[in-house]
This record gives sequence, C-alpha cells and structure tokens, in this order.
Amino acid sequence: MTENASLLLGRLGLDALPFYSWVAFSGALVTLAGGVGFLVLVTWLGQWRALWTGWLTSVDHKRIGIMYIVLALVMLVRGFVDAIMMRLQQAMSYNREGYLPPEHFEQIFSSHGTIMIFFMAMPFMTGLLNYIIPLQIGARDVAFPVLNAISFWLTFAGAGLMLISLVIGKFSTAGWTGYPPYSGVEFTPGVGVDYWIWSILVSGVGTTMTGINFVVTILRKRAPGMLLMRMPLFTWTGLCSSILIIFAFPALTVSTTMLALDRTLGMHFFTNDGGGNVMNYMNLFWIWGHPEVYILILPAFGIFSEVVATFSSKRLFGYPSLVYATAVIAVLSFTVWLHHFFTMGAGANVNAIFGIATMVIAVPTGVKVFDWLFTMFRGRIRFEPPMLFTIGFMCLFVIGGMSGVLLAIPPINYSTHNTTFLVAHFHNMIIPGVLFGYLAGYMYWFPKAFGFQLDRVWGARSFWFWMIGFLLAFMPLYALGLMGMPRRLETYGNPEWQPLLIVAFVGACLILMGIISLVMQLWVSVKNRKALVDQTGDPWDGRTLEWSMPSPPPIWNFDNVPVVSSRDAFHEAKLSGIPLPAAEEDSPLSVPKNSVMGPCMGVAGMCIGFGAVWYIWWLAFAGLAIAVAAIIGRSFVQSTENDVSFKRGATTT
Amino acid sequence: MIAASDAVEEQIDRETEFGFWLYLMSDAVLFSLIFVTFAVMSSNLASGPGGADLFDIKNLAMQTALLLTSSLTIALAHHATEGRNTTRAVVWLVMTCILGTGFLALEIRELSGFVAEGAGPGRSGYLSAFFTLVGTHGLHVTAGLIWALTLIVQIVLRGIDHRLLSRLARLSLFWHFLDIVWIAVFSLVYLPEFL
Ligand code: HEM
Ligand SMILES: [Cu+2]
Repeated sequence: MTENASLLLGRLGLDALPFYSWVAFSGALVTLAGGVGFLVLVTWLGQWRALWTGWLTSVDHKRIGIMYIVLALVMLVRGFVDAIMMRLQQAMSYNREGYLPPEHFEQIFSSHGTIMIFFMAMPFMTGLLNYIIPLQIGARDVAFPVLNAISFWLTFAGAGLMLISLVIGKFSTAGWTGYPPYSGVEFTPGVGVDYWIWSILVSGVGTTMTGINFVVTILRKRAPGMLLMRMPLFTWTGLCSSILIIFAFPALTVSTTMLALDRTLGMHFFTNDGGGNVMNYMNLFWIWGHPEVYILILPAFGIFSEVVATFSSKRLFGYPSLVYATAVIAVLSFTVWLHHFFTMGAGANVNAIFGIATMVIAVPTGVKVFDWLFTMFRGRIRFEPPMLFTIGFMCLFVIGGMSGVLLAIPPINYSTHNTTFLVAHFHNMIIPGVLFGYLAGYMYWFPKAFGFQLDRVWGARSFWFWMIGFLLAFMPLYALGLMGMPRRLETYGNPEWQPLLIVAFVGACLILMGIISLVMQLWVSVKNRKALVDQTGDPWDGRTLEWSMPSPPPIWNFDNVPVVSSRDAFHEAKLSGIPLPAAEEDSPLSVPKNSVMGPCMGVAGMCIGFGAVWYIWWLAFAGLAIAVAAIIGRSFVQSTENDVSFKRGATTT
Repeated sequence: MIAASDAVEEQIDRETEFGFWLYLMSDAVLFSLIFVTFAVMSSNLASGPGGADLFDIKNLAMQTALLLTSSLTIALAHHATEGRNTTRAVVWLVMTCILGTGFLALEIRELSGFVAEGAGPGRSGYLSAFFTLVGTHGLHVTAGLIWALTLIVQIVLRGIDHRLLSRLARLSLFWHFLDIVWIAVFSLVYLPEFL
C-alpha cells in the first residue's frame, strides 16, 4: 500500500490487487465474475428497464423485502465459503502451514464473522420484517416507504464495500469485533480495518432508520381492532427488535466512528499512548453487541411461534406469556454486556452481578420453549419443512442454552475464554436459533410472495443436512475447547486435536450439502411452479392476516382493510364462514411512487465509504454532496403518490 | 397530486412526528455515549493542556447566547407560520440562520485556535473526546442550518402549506434538542473548568 497518498487516488495503487495469495486471487476473480456475470445477464435479457422500475427504484415494502432476502442469501454463500475454508485449513494444519498464509486466514475469520452478522443475518431479518409485518397488521405499506428504500440501499452499499475489499485491497484481520489496540493504525496499518469500519457504519445508519420505521409502522398503522395484544407474535418480536435497534445501534456508531477517528485523524480514544482508553471500546461495542444478539434472535422466536401454531393446527399456547417473555428479554439484554469480557479484570462482584443477570435471561427463554411444546402437545402436527427447522431448533437450542449458562459462571468462563468452546456456544445459539428460524420463515412465507410453494423433498433434505452437519461441525468444538484449543488458530502442534477438526470439516461439508439443497429446492420449485401453484393464498391453513389475501398480494396489499375483533381473527373467520368486515376508508386507494432516492443514497454511501477507506477525499465529499443534494431535492417533490383506485379488486381471486 | 383528505394528511404528519421523536431518542443515546466517553477520558491529558488552560469564558458566553437566542427566533418563526404570515416567518428563519452561523463561526474559531496552539484532537485522549463531542454538536447545527435554508426557499417559492408547517415543527424540535445538548456541553464540559 502506498502510504504517500496522492490527491486523485489517495493510497490506492496497483499493489492493492490481491496477488499475495492464489486463494485470495481466485476469490477476487469469482467475486468479479459474479458481478460482471449479473450485469451481462441483465443486458442480454434486455431487462434493465424492468429491473430499474420494478425493483431498484421500488418503494414497495414487499419488493424491498425480497431484495433484502436475496442479498442475505448471496452473503450466506459468501460467508459459508469463508467458513469451510477455515475448516479445511484447520483440518490439515497440524504441524504444517496448511494452504492459507497466516494473514489471509485472519482476514477470513474476520470477514466470515462480519458478513454473517451484518450482511447475512441482519438483511435476512429485515427482509422478513419488511415483507410480512405490514401484511400481518393490516397496513398498506410501512410508515416511511422511501426511507425504507434508503435503508435497504445503505445496507447494500455496506455489503458492496465488503465484497469490494476482496478485489481491491485487503479486509480487516482484527476479527469481527475489531478490538483495539490491535485494530489501531500502530499495529494494523493499511485499509483492512477501515473497510470493516465503513461497511458496518454505512449499513448501520440504514439499520437505525429501519428500526424507527418499524416502530412507527407497528404502533401507528394497524388495522382497526388490531390491539397490541392481538398482534401476531412475529409482529411483537419485530417491534421489540426494532426498539432495541433504536437504542443499541448508536453504540455501534459511536465505537466504530471513534476507532475511525483514531485511525484516520490520529486521535487517542483507544490507543495505548496519548491518554487512550482501550476498555472503553469493549464497553461501547458490547453495549451494542449483546442487544444485537437479541435483535437477531427475537424475530426468529416470532417465526417459530407462527410456524408452531400453524403446523400444529392449534392456537398458540400461552400467547401473553410469550409476549411478556419477549419484552423482558428485550429489556434485560441491555444489562448483561459485561459478560463478553469477564476476564478483563472488572472485579469479582461486578462479574457476579453480570453473571447472574445473564442467567436470569435464560428464564424467559425457557418459558418460550415450554409454550411451544404445549402448543404442539395434542396438536395435529404437519411435518412440512418450516416445522422441521423449528423442531430441529428446539432440540439443538437446549444444548446451546446449557453451554451458555455454563459460560455465564465467571470461574468457568475464565477457563473457556477465547477457546473454541465459545465458538461452539455462539454458533449453537445462532445457527439453530437465528438461521433455522429465518430459513423456516423463508419456506413458510415463500408461497405468499410468489404464488407457488417450495419443493418439500429438497426442503427436508436441506434440513437434515443442516441438522446433522451442524452437530458434526460444532460438537467437536465443545470438546476441543475443553481440551484447551484457542479460537482463531491457524496452525497447531497438538496431535489430539486433528481428528476432531477433521470431523468438524466433514460437518461443514454436510452443511455445504444443506446449502446446495436450498439452491436445488429453489431451482426445482421454479421449474415446477405450475404444479406447485397455490390459488388459495392460504396454502398452510394459516391463522394470521397475511393469509387472507391473494398470493402474491397486490401492491396495495388489502383491497379493503379488515376490521379485526380477536387474536386469530382470520382463522375464526374461516371457521365461521363469515369474512372479516371491511373498514371504512375516506381516501382514494393510492400507492407511493417509485423513487431514485434509494439508489442515490446507496451510491452516496458507497462513495463515502470507499473514499474514506482509501483516503480519496474528493470522492468521499462527492458522496456527501450527493446525499445532501438528494435529500434537499426530494423535499421539493410535490407529488409522491399514484392513485390506483381503479385497479382495486382486479387481482382478487 | 391527489387530494388526500385532511384526516389522512394529519395522520401522516402524526406518524412523521412520532418517527422524528424516535430519531431524537436514538440521537440522544448517541450523544450520551459520547458524553460518557468524555467523562471517562476527562483526566487523560497525556501531559497536554486541559480545559482550564484553553477555554475562554467570553467565547463560551457568546456562543451560548447566540444559540439560546436562535432557539427563541425559531420559535417565533414557527409561531409566524402558524398564523400564515410569510414575511415574518422568513425574517425569523433568516435571523435563526444568522445566529446559528454566528455560533458555528465562533466554534470554528475556537477549535482552530486550539489546533494552532498545538492542542488539536490528536494531542490527548481528553482533547479527542472534547473535539468529537463539540464537533458532533456542531455538525448537527450545520445540518439544521441547511434544513432551515431549504425551508426558507420553500416558503418563498410556495408559501406556507401543510407540509411546510409540519417540517418547520420538526426543525424547531430538532433545534431545541440541540439547545439542550449544548446546555449539557456547557455545564459538563466547560463549566467545571472555570470553577
Ligand atoms: C454455516 C456454518 C458455519 C460454519 C461452518 C462456521 C464456522 C466458523 C469458524 C470455523 C469460525 C472460526 C472459529 C475460530 O475462531 O477458531 C467461525 C467464527 C465465527 N462465526 Fe461462524 N460458521 C458458520 C455459520 C455462522 C453464522 C450463521 C454466523 C452468524 C450469523 C457465524 C458467526 C461467526 C462469528 C461472529 C465468528 C467469530 C469471528 C471472529 O473470530 O472474529 N457463523 N465460524
Ligand atoms: Cu452477550
């Protein structure tokens, strides 16, 4: 990297290309080929106009939701490639170098963690929230549709920066948490950490706005009669997550911005010298970090609740207790951040308090598990793929929860800190708890979004590969952790570890099969979409409002907004044969017009991030100017809605 | 444009205002975390100058007076728009902008003075936190000024309509919020150095 920055290109030079390792080079080629391939394909199909008007400038929450989920699935593949590369490296690196140069290995675990949390799990969750919540509460759109598009495009810009880092320059080597002082310029010069900072900063702004958007949507745009205690559980968990986002994300913004100020302007927030305070970073980061876990997992709990009730053909057991448990978890999640650094010398009493607080969280979580079990008890259970993922989650989550309570005991934490025991624990929470939930949601709501069902055989195959693959990939890590294997290890000299690491690699290969099955499922279902078509709009005998409309729903969602009089109102209406009454409305049916605000802000975010990473300051300022100009320009637009009253009823089946 | 009924417009305004309150809450958390960081670092001088060596009470008094007065003028502008008085609204908004610009000018003069004395943000942890806190507030004020200028143009071009009222209501909320943050800066960052 050229450190004497030029005005035009900053510190960007030819040496930014990844010739340092053949693995990185092929990765860059694949990324590039993917991007170029996509552009060529769209051009070849002559679909630019359709893409632009139908998707890129769309402010329809359903389209935006689908774009989020596509982004998440692409990033899942990228994150998984990182994971299986690490598994392969560790399977072969006993007393040997393996195939990855050390610095490259460090980039891989950093990018894996960052991608999976920020660009796989977050967009997946936001996508599901986007698609489903307005339908569940009887709204025509979210409260701020254009803001919603901007949020998506900022997330996209962050993910884009992340992908670009593979081709131009290097990614961070400081792990997904970017702890200083290692992540400071003194120890890690170069652009890696800056890529990490700016990709999460840009997408974090988008996420904060999503949180605001959904709190307003849920609290202000419900159909008449949809009281809070009549909202479906997915909506409840979405509400709690959104509130957590509003309060937690500023901490991420503050901690990463300060790190950027240290690195770029030579400040002393987290440096060893000059009066910096490293501990302050840990505090700020985990004030965001622990709530983040619940931001991700609560909506997954919501999905499990919906799926369990639908596929057990029963009313959800203990609805109020599920709601209160969700709220309690959300509040408590702000009280436990210190358990991420028990070993950093806060003192025994502080550790004990935070340890106990951590265990207390297990209680409402346990309540939820029992509610789901009672819902299934004596139900007519249908083992469709979403239900399989849900049952798999319940089995695996018990193991993860127990290891978590173990970790919450400070003395035990001291001996397992930074070992693969911890890696096993959080994957045990996050793969069954978060990812299985989102995959269940994806398979459950897919027919709503596209009008045909997903192939269930490939769905079941995918589930079994994920389940068994997960066990093989992560149970050995518990054992390895107890045997003292540290995390983030590139090579090792202990012969006892290798067999277990090979098992873990085999597990990762099975997970690969699970991902391939997901692709196959999509492929086969699209091919057989005529046979899998669902005319009813309600293929699972659902209970909530989203099933009351045709699939896919019209842009305006509800021809007539329904009046709700009980919790599973739609299900009761089906049983009694009396359709839900329509609310009186005093305005014409209108939908927001497309807007270029989203793509503009995406480009702006990308320019700001890329410019700041490479010190190309004119580019960063250009990005800022685009953003400001776009916002001012938008405020002059008078007509933002299209009247579609004449189309009302056109798509009703 | 579609003639959406007043009830619908009013509902949209209420949603926007609620969303804006949520944004302010998020922003308040952001400022609190920077304040906490400042408190943590308030004695990390790295043998550099501290606030007592740097701050000038006259400058501080002037800045505070300008900002507090601008809070008054924006309230008057808001009041004028509610009475649909275009000229007066523009005058008070221009006054607000002048006062806000004055505040910023003093702030920039003060900070660049520190940098010239060798007490820039890279000098010590204390100064990093100080510059970041004051700078974040200053950036917010800048955003508010751009917002106010935009509204002035809109009033001149289109007169006072429904949207303008709602926008100005939010701007003045934002402006008062920045006032409160400044009072916190004043009493937690500057004042202790003079006692
Ligand atoms: C799909 C199968 C997955 C496999 C095989 C896998 C494997 C791994 C491996 C081998 C590591 C490095 C462990 C070490 O430091 O020794 C790791 C770290 C990590 N993984 Fe995964 N992972 C998977 C999925 C996920 C998911 C879904 C998430 C989150 C949503 C996730 C989040 C993380 C994080 C945050 C780290 C820590 C990175 C760091 O050390 O900075 N992983 N994973
Ligand atoms: Cu935690």
